[in-house]
Amino acid sequence: MNNSILYRLDWWLILIYSLLIAFGVVNIYSATFNNSSTGIFDMNQPVGKQMFFLIVSLFSGVLILSVNSKFFEQFASIGYYLSIFSLIGLFIFGKTVSGATSWYNIAGLSIQPSELAKVATALMIASLMSKVQSDLKNLNTFLKILGALLLPFVLIIFQSDPGSALVFGAFFFPLFREGLSYAYLVLFVSITLLFFITLSFPIGLVVMIITLIIFLLFFILKNINKKIKIWPFIGSFMISVGFSLSVDYIFENVFEQRHRDRINIVLGKTIDYQGVGYNMNQSKIAIGAGGLKGKGFLKGTQTKGDFVPEQHTDYIFSTVGEEWGFLGGSLMIILFCLMIIRIVIQAEKQTSKFRRIYSHGVAGILFIHFFINVGMSLGILPTIGIPLPFLSYGGSSLLAFTIMIFIHLNFDANRLSEW
Amino acid sequence: MIRRFFLPFVTFLTAIIFIGRLVGLQLMNSSYKLLSDANAVVESSVYPERGYIYDRHHKLLVSNQPVYDLMAIPENISPFDTMELAVLLGVKKSKLKEQIDFAKNFSVKLPSIIIGKISKERNAVVQEKIWKYSGFFLQKNSVRNYPVPLASNILGYVSEVNKNDIRKNSYYRMGEVIGRQGIENYYEDLLRGSKGKKFFQKDRFNRIIGPFENGIYDIPMQGAQNLILTLDLELQKYGETLLQNKRGGIVAIEPKTGEILSLVSAPSYDPNILVGRERSYNYKKLAMDTLAKPLFDRGLQAQYAPGSPFKTLNALIALQEGVIDSTTKFKCQKGHFYARGRFMECHCRYGTDNNLISGIYRSCNTFFANTYRRILDQSGESVEEGMNIWNKHLKSFGLGNFLGYDLPVGKKGFVPDADYYNFWYKKGGWKSATVVSNAIGQGELLTTPIQMANFTAAIANRGYFFQPHFLKSVGKEPSAKVYEKKITSIDSIHFEPVIEGMFQVVEWGTARVAKIKGIEICGKTGTVENFMKIAGEKTPLTDHSIFIAFAPKDNPKIALAVYVENGYWGSRWAAPIASLMIEKYLTGKVERTYLENRMLNGSLLAEYEKPYSGKPFIINE
Repeated sequence: MNNSILYRLDWWLILIYSLLIAFGVVNIYSATFNNSSTGIFDMNQPVGKQMFFLIVSLFSGVLILSVNSKFFEQFASIGYYLSIFSLIGLFIFGKTVSGATSWYNIAGLSIQPSELAKVATALMIASLMSKVQSDLKNLNTFLKILGALLLPFVLIIFQSDPGSALVFGAFFFPLFREGLSYAYLVLFVSITLLFFITLSFPIGLVVMIITLIIFLLFFILKNINKKIKIWPFIGSFMISVGFSLSVDYIFENVFEQRHRDRINIVLGKTIDYQGVGYNMNQSKIAIGAGGLKGKGFLKGTQTKGDFVPEQHTDYIFSTVGEEWGFLGGSLMIILFCLMIIRIVIQAEKQTSKFRRIYSHGVAGILFIHFFINVGMSLGILPTIGIPLPFLSYGGSSLLAFTIMIFIHLNFDANRLSEW
Repeated sequence: MIRRFFLPFVTFLTAIIFIGRLVGLQLMNSSYKLLSDANAVVESSVYPERGYIYDRHHKLLVSNQPVYDLMAIPENISPFDTMELAVLLGVKKSKLKEQIDFAKNFSVKLPSIIIGKISKERNAVVQEKIWKYSGFFLQKNSVRNYPVPLASNILGYVSEVNKNDIRKNSYYRMGEVIGRQGIENYYEDLLRGSKGKKFFQKDRFNRIIGPFENGIYDIPMQGAQNLILTLDLELQKYGETLLQNKRGGIVAIEPKTGEILSLVSAPSYDPNILVGRERSYNYKKLAMDTLAKPLFDRGLQAQYAPGSPFKTLNALIALQEGVIDSTTKFKCQKGHFYARGRFMECHCRYGTDNNLISGIYRSCNTFFANTYRRILDQSGESVEEGMNIWNKHLKSFGLGNFLGYDLPVGKKGFVPDADYYNFWYKKGGWKSATVVSNAIGQGELLTTPIQMANFTAAIANRGYFFQPHFLKSVGKEPSAKVYEKKITSIDSIHFEPVIEGMFQVVEWGTARVAKIKGIEICGKTGTVENFMKIAGEKTPLTDHSIFIAFAPKDNPKIALAVYVENGYWGSRWAAPIASLMIEKYLTGKVERTYLENRMLNGSLLAEYEKPYSGKPFIINE
């Protein structure tokens, strides 16, 4: 048995990674194609910069594979604090692009530290959780972890980049895996549901819906277990109605108009194809016009005509949908699905708690990105500006996700040797 | 287990939802394809250059000339000196500002026409300075050009389509031109050709970024055709000059083919004034002139009583019906009583014995009144029968109906029949004497000058005519178009005595002034009473001067009718003009300069003022 890492690497995952990367380059090339396009290595074109970052990323990937797995566990907190400092540094040295101060400008290349902060946080959370005495039911541990999450979250919020901040919600998945109470899941789902119900319907109807659901729940559970008391249900009814009323208030008074607009458009309450709804509508048109086989590489009229703003970054999926059609679009969805599931399965095989939690974190981050980005391009979710991993234009994002995946690959490949 | 595979489960669920959504967007709903095309495909029309129009000798009548539209993309306009640009363009500053605001309201990213139809000359100046005004540029356009300011009544004009045109014909789009009036209108399809389409791909600012799908959907334009008309440019020009300062019409036809050599309507206008920026102002001025009516084609639309020239037709009908022959004579006593107490005057001297030929050259009312009554009363029983026979013969000469020529305007004229008189006088309430004015071309008859010219051509041809027309050939087609030959109901042998009479008219009859050495002209003068309602009263005006003629007598090359409104007797204006036209056409030059000068310098404008003076006036001075 050859002990080289090459034999232990999960080449399937690398294949999926490579396919997504290649697909990304092709689509960025198309989305930014214009008459002055010369080739994919032209550094004046987005695709050229992306190629540069790809090479940097692959180099980093190889480097990561050659590092001893234990290094990352030790490096976790240092990396985390480094990334926190880099986030704080943005307030002084940051470059502002479309309202968000999220970039360092180094030698003509933009670096977005919030992307790298995701990897660092994943390592940090895994590190905190894998300490021997760690238990999520322990308030001290819980607060520590919450603090580790909230710190970058708040910093990124203050850079006016709520999309990137939202990604830290991804750590719900590893935490849940490690025993976070169901209550959080129920709470999370109920709050989200209540939020959208409240915004979708007039308040009277909302109260009726809440009453009906709680009534039904009570009777169903009563049938199963006779001992159930009515008080918790009345309590949750009161809380729900109170929440709905306050959501109304929050929505109208706390949210900014642009946030309200984005949500209203997804809810179908506002039809505005010229203003805020323009991006999403154009993205839907691009994808819808793709049909089964798509219009073909460089043949998407929506893409070439720049109808979808930010198409090479946040709306890259609309290029995929338009030029590669249903076949390309669903292939991409399946690739993401396979990648996430494969990472989770491999994580579950880990004996090291640190590595398992880390890989779960990676899967969670990938999922949130995939879910929000594609959901937005398909017009299911409100416009939230976060990149699609591996596909969207953006060097920091590509580098961060590559590092993320290769650390996972390192852990996975070195699983047996830990036995 | 649930905790371990919660994320894969959620991921799987998400993938299912997303793929479901893709099915909905991409496979179940085809409207997105249309939306995307509407977004990104811009259809632009390419137009063939509108066809040229030539006269029968291939001399250019209508071509195209470049004009320039000053365009602007509002968002690219940077502050500039409005006054300076306005002066440069020759427009008011307020107008310029107004146009720019209008363009802004339309679109800030798309080009709009700010000032249209800038002439070649002005463009040369504007072009030099335009770089100073960012956001503005000049776009070439094309308008009609008339190298000779003639025949506006025949050629018509073009103008931009209106909503009505678009509703009637879906071919047209806003901003395109359509032929209005005349040849431009009648042969619109040939002159216009058909536009092609080019599909371009545009970006979200509606800027064109290249051909759509490499132009596979493009439709090439179909070439517009040049038209060769039957018109003789020189003759038309001459006719228009002869009628200057007069009102009336000249229609000249080549009898052998029905080709219209000239159609003059006076007063007319220079077709160039209906081109370019001043078009609508000028058009309004022409349309508002209800007295001179320059847009009214007197050759085609004016209905006059035919007057004495009509006697030739009555003679032909009488011969055909056998009610007279060339030797039949009637005595004229400076006129005659056609009914008790009803006397019809005549110019003949007392006691003149007229046969057919002298009846024509003396234009004897007595002779034709009797002849006409013989036609009507031929059956001995019913005047209705005779009336309908007469009507039928006249119809065969193209009277009382449209001639089918290729211009969009015209009038039917009128030839009464028995039903008509039965309506007005009740059945049995009228006799040949009642309607005797028809004998001398007055009464109920109405004809247009082109109908007069046409029956003259039929006489010249001894019994047939070709549908009169303006189109000789299309584009490079070598052969002339063939038109329907129409044979009249009069046998050709009956024409000779009538033609002889018409020849005598010019030789020593009423139109000796029309005589040209070396050319045998046949003609017939006419002096037509006419009236106008002034302050509710039917007031007689000075007679119309009319003349029909063809020449040469044998193998005729030209037949024509000339009307000069309120010109008094026939040989005063109409006969000399007809004669000069014949001379010009047959010899290419005019030697009788004294006559020519009299016609050119003669003006009837004072005559036309009379009814509007508000004072009593004398007619037939």
